[in-house]
Amino acid sequence: MDLHDYAAATESTNTVTIESQYGLYIDGEFCEPASKKYFDTINPATEDVLSQIADANENDVDRAVTSASRAFPAWAALPGSERAKYLYRIARILQERAREFAVLETMNNGKPIRETRDFDIPISVAHFFYHAGWADKLEYAGYGSHPQPLGVVGQIIPWNFPMMMLAWKIAPALACGNTVVLKPAETTPLSALLFADVLEQAGLPPGVVNIVTGAGSTGAALVEHPDVAKIAFTGSTNVGKSIMQSLAGTSKRLTLELGGKGANIIFDDAPIDQAIEGIVNGIYFNQGHVCCAGSRLLVQENIVDEVLIRLQTRMLTLRIGNPLDKNTDIGAINSRAQLTRIQELVSTGVSEGAEMWKCSSELPTKGFWFAPSYFTNVTDAHRIVREEIFGPVLTIQTFRTPKEAVEKANNTPYGLSAGIWSEKTSKIHFMATHLKAGVVWANTFNKFDPASPFGGYRESGFGREGGRTGLGAYLKEVAS
Amino acid sequence: MNERIDVKKTLKLYINGAFVRSESGRSYEVKTSTGEFYANAALGSRKDVRDAVKAARDAQESWQQLTAYNRGQILYRLAELCETRRHQLETELSEIEGLSLSNAKKEIDTAIDRLVWYAGWADKISSVYGGHNQVAAPFFNFSVIEPTGVIGIVSESSSSFLSLISQVAPAITTGNTGVVIASHLNPVSAITFAEIAATSDVPAGVVNIVTGDYHELASWIAEHLDVDGIDLTGISEPEITKKLSQLASVNVKRVLSHHVGNTTHANEPSRMKFWTETKTVWHPIGS
Repeated sequence: MDLHDYAAATESTNTVTIESQYGLYIDGEFCEPASKKYFDTINPATEDVLSQIADANENDVDRAVTSASRAFPAWAALPGSERAKYLYRIARILQERAREFAVLETMNNGKPIRETRDFDIPISVAHFFYHAGWADKLEYAGYGSHPQPLGVVGQIIPWNFPMMMLAWKIAPALACGNTVVLKPAETTPLSALLFADVLEQAGLPPGVVNIVTGAGSTGAALVEHPDVAKIAFTGSTNVGKSIMQSLAGTSKRLTLELGGKGANIIFDDAPIDQAIEGIVNGIYFNQGHVCCAGSRLLVQENIVDEVLIRLQTRMLTLRIGNPLDKNTDIGAINSRAQLTRIQELVSTGVSEGAEMWKCSSELPTKGFWFAPSYFTNVTDAHRIVREEIFGPVLTIQTFRTPKEAVEKANNTPYGLSAGIWSEKTSKIHFMATHLKAGVVWANTFNKFDPASPFGGYRESGFGREGGRTGLGAYLKEVAS
Repeated sequence: MNERIDVKKTLKLYINGAFVRSESGRSYEVKTSTGEFYANAALGSRKDVRDAVKAARDAQESWQQLTAYNRGQILYRLAELCETRRHQLETELSEIEGLSLSNAKKEIDTAIDRLVWYAGWADKISSVYGGHNQVAAPFFNFSVIEPTGVIGIVSESSSSFLSLISQVAPAITTGNTGVVIASHLNPVSAITFAEIAATSDVPAGVVNIVTGDYHELASWIAEHLDVDGIDLTGISEPEITKKLSQLASVNVKRVLSHHVGNTTHANEPSRMKFWTETKTVWHPIGS
């Protein structure tokens, strides 16, 4: 047994009950899809089928929107203080059932239980708790003295943080008095469907939140539904652009949280141990399935050798495997399709002449896995530097001056996140001022909070989630 | 004795702080409200649009990096020079758009007062819309308001001068630069505004004005990859708004239009906020 061997410490799945089949959650109850079609949802770490999920078609989406429209007037008219209490209830119930949600999320997503337990679920709770407090204070939020809800909002969320994305979308929408039709990602619907049970326990009026499962065509039906007042989308930049085209010329509002190719910039005066942790957290957190990942490492030239040695040493301690094991650092890639995309981009990197280094860990034989990797000998022109890989793959470039670091960091169509590592405060502020990114982490990375606005510049989308700013996505100013 | 022959002004484009003819050599007739010949204005081309976008891009970073106090002073200076040129502006509105002199005067009053209002916003918007975020961990976390970048502006045909100010001021106050497609019917007021901008400490490239036909010019702006946002409030035809909004998706431009539920009033700070991005910075607290 070498230094890094541990006995297995597997989280029990006894807390979770998964039905063999799930319908659509419309008007406060589960119902069969008009399509009569179901698709499998699996555990990406084992490829075991977990359940059958309803595939909503246009008629199903229409039923959900109709239900949300019916529920809207009463929900919007409810005093904010009462809406707040529903949201507080939801937050508390989620806290009470945190273990159940963490285990289910890990089973359906493939991410380590350490992350669902310590990050995904607690921050989802925090989003409901934070926004509950806004519900009766909206007139102080800076959207005029009579801010009004928009109506029915359609929300389409990705598979990388299924529960957290649900919370980021639903909590502010409800606090502001809107009703919701949510479409979870095709590969990770289970936590959203369990959330329907939380809504039941909270006694939320029927129709205020409706959950329709399915793939792209379900999302498209929601985007195109005439009674939807607003679309909130988190996902890829390409889909975001097609939603923009679809909504062009309509009166629907839109916010988009899209892709990123964040620069993580290490200066020679950085706190080096923390910076190494920050590099690892920046790109290997959640298997790199993070839109704001620090996927482009920029290291000041004179310390690159030291950084690489330390990074390799640290990466060799990463434990890859069973996501339900409490010692696991790196879980499964969420789907075969995503694994294929990562493999394709990585092979492009190799064929374009970049040098690849990867953790030599043995990978499980079943499920979808990719060992944490990085590329050196890359330029701004390499596809792996330009395109979002959305996997545990880092590219490493060097720079000499802060100005050059700014130029390289900003040389992307994206603008979601950036990291700065230095002990010199004036330099941090210089960098933070010049980086085109919606979130800048200085001497830290991948930190989130409901009070902290999140969202991108440029092709990373528009609108913010979180904080007072985030409420703007769900309110309209009405002249008093 | 013969009546003196007055000296007519050639109407040119305003790009990168210089008055230039359209590279295309094209022009079109501007008429008075009673249908008489007033002047030939440049009929801008795709190349003119691209030159203007390049000028706006090159000027953007340094305009943003001026102190907000300085930008506010420059906006105020714009108001001062509009005031000194107000008779010219009033006459143009009256002759070309057919406004009565008293209505023209009112419009110029409102436009100048609006510039002064925006001037005062330059160094206040970030504290109104940004600020400290109370995160649940030992981090100092704050949000600042930054400009979106280069904004394409399609100006309205009616109330051309007030519309122009109402579109340009909220964009440039926060540090954006702009490419303006002037009103087709009355490009003259926009050119007068260019002359005001050229003599009021507004750096070259911050405001660029192209005259011509927005049916062609606007699509070249909407699809330009170096433009970050587009103001379509000057367009009343839904089909054109739709087409331009679709083109704008190419690089996820921010789109402001009457046809989307995102319109805000020209004299509300939310109009200015529309052309900004919120940047949030985290730093650990430790000893």
